[in-house]
Amino acid sequence: MSATTATRPPGPPRPPAGIPAAGSGTGPRFFHPTVARLTYRGLLGRRRALLLFALPALLLVIVGAVRALAGADDSTAHDVLQGFALSGVVPLVGVIAGTGAIGPEIDDGSIVYLLSKPIRRGTIVTTKLLVAIGVTVAFCAIPTLLAGFVLNGNGQRLAVAYAAASAVAAVAYSAVFLMLGVLTRHAVVVGLVYALLWEGVIGNVVPGARTLSVQQWAVAVAQKIGRGDLISSDVGLSTAVVLLVLVTAGATWFAAHRLRGLKITGEE
Amino acid sequence: MTVIGIDKVSRWFGNVVAVNDITMTIGPGVTGLLGPNGAGKSTLISMMAGFLAPSTGAVTLDGATVWRNEQVYRQVGIVPEREAMYDFLTAREFVVANAELHGLPDPGAAAQRALATVEMQYAQDRRIDTYSKGMRQRAKMASALVHNPSVLLLDEPFNGMDPRQRLQLMELLRRMGAEGRTVLFSSHILEEVEQLAHHIEVVVAGRHAASGDFRKIRRLMTDRPHRYLVRSSDDRRLAAVLIAHASTAGIELDRTEEALRIQAVDFAAFTEFLPRIARDHGIRLFTVSPSDESLESVFSYLVTA
Repeated sequence: MSATTATRPPGPPRPPAGIPAAGSGTGPRFFHPTVARLTYRGLLGRRRALLLFALPALLLVIVGAVRALAGADDSTAHDVLQGFALSGVVPLVGVIAGTGAIGPEIDDGSIVYLLSKPIRRGTIVTTKLLVAIGVTVAFCAIPTLLAGFVLNGNGQRLAVAYAAASAVAAVAYSAVFLMLGVLTRHAVVVGLVYALLWEGVIGNVVPGARTLSVQQWAVAVAQKIGRGDLISSDVGLSTAVVLLVLVTAGATWFAAHRLRGLKITGEE
Repeated sequence: MTVIGIDKVSRWFGNVVAVNDITMTIGPGVTGLLGPNGAGKSTLISMMAGFLAPSTGAVTLDGATVWRNEQVYRQVGIVPEREAMYDFLTAREFVVANAELHGLPDPGAAAQRALATVEMQYAQDRRIDTYSKGMRQRAKMASALVHNPSVLLLDEPFNGMDPRQRLQLMELLRRMGAEGRTVLFSSHILEEVEQLAHHIEVVVAGRHAASGDFRKIRRLMTDRPHRYLVRSSDDRRLAAVLIAHASTAGIELDRTEEALRIQAVDFAAFTEFLPRIARDHGIRLFTVSPSDESLESVFSYLVTA
């Protein structure tokens, strides 16, 4: 450090204007651009981000191969879009983006730089949720749409239907996995167990469990959009929409609630 | 003027009491929070920073409750002990982000001012993960100062710093205190606290052990009985002449160690008297070592005193 560096003291502190009572915050309510920027750069700046790129890339490679080998076929397209894109890529990307939007900051303690600011905890959570949704949609819904066009040129509107379903699922998954990121240090593991075991295995074995599956709710949306009878969900559209909204809102509220009470201590 | 009030505060984790019924008031100037590792300093600072709720009692800032009150951060700057920042950013980006999070009107200018204060402008465009420990500490300081807070809380800020960095940070904190800010830092090293703090609060095992300026704390520490382990050419004769002198409280002949265990009453008088009397009686001293100089023993004396 050079001794010639100008060091202007920041002057005496402002006279305190009195500290307002809790809950009288100002500033943006649902979206704080700086929180968003830090979240987004954190998400894409870590090694995990490679998976975000790898999964959609894998999807596109597979659909390219399927199209080349089997030609355009509505039933095949449906199987790949539901069986791989919606039930595999979307929950996995959701886990990475949802937990990654907040979990690492809580783990390493850097969240204190967000929490030690006059910003509502709810704003931090909703901002991070919007970023996670944006990332999940970008890395799932758009590749799914492309995949659908590659597979059968959007025949029976399958591409659009499953892209919409992916986007809807992205919202709910992001909220659920973001909540997990606040609740537990093992959010990725818990998220994977949920995504693969509950949505995958148990949903296929125990019929009742499928009613409580983000994937089935999303399929209900796809069913509404797609033509023909290839797409079928165990859940009615209105039930699905209500459950999607409830789960998303509930998870977001709970995440904000827990973040308000998040205890941070030193290394002692 | 901003005052931190800690009123009958306790904090326990399960069955473990980390902070036990502490009451103190911290006003403008530099205050040192001194105590051995595990004494509850970090827990106390976490509560002042609003990161932890007290189990009982109240932590306030100019009378406003700190816990779950985001508005206090307009006046508080925090330098956490943990290393992690947003390491993928440069210091400039990091400090600008902090300024934006505070809602400052000109985040760029505020960040430049803060970075200049900690003399980090020369490295501000390097990523934080390339920084040394001392540089990280200064980047943290800049982020804490960016909104010109009237209160500054620092948890073990000197840990792992080299002597030069230590002096620079001390100088900076002294300036902050002289400007009328309320600066509180924790440390387990007495010399550090002594050099910097005009007021010292001592915490041991979760309890408030002592409070005062460094002279008072020093006096408490030096006035206590001191124990020495002494080996000489003639331990028994030395023991006989020492016990006759008022500065000695007791002597034990430790036969396994082949040494004298001496308890002195007056630290200063004893250290002058011992070599003189040895010389006068032709006794050679081989070992003179304080046997209880560890900080923990000093602290435990303070607590029981």
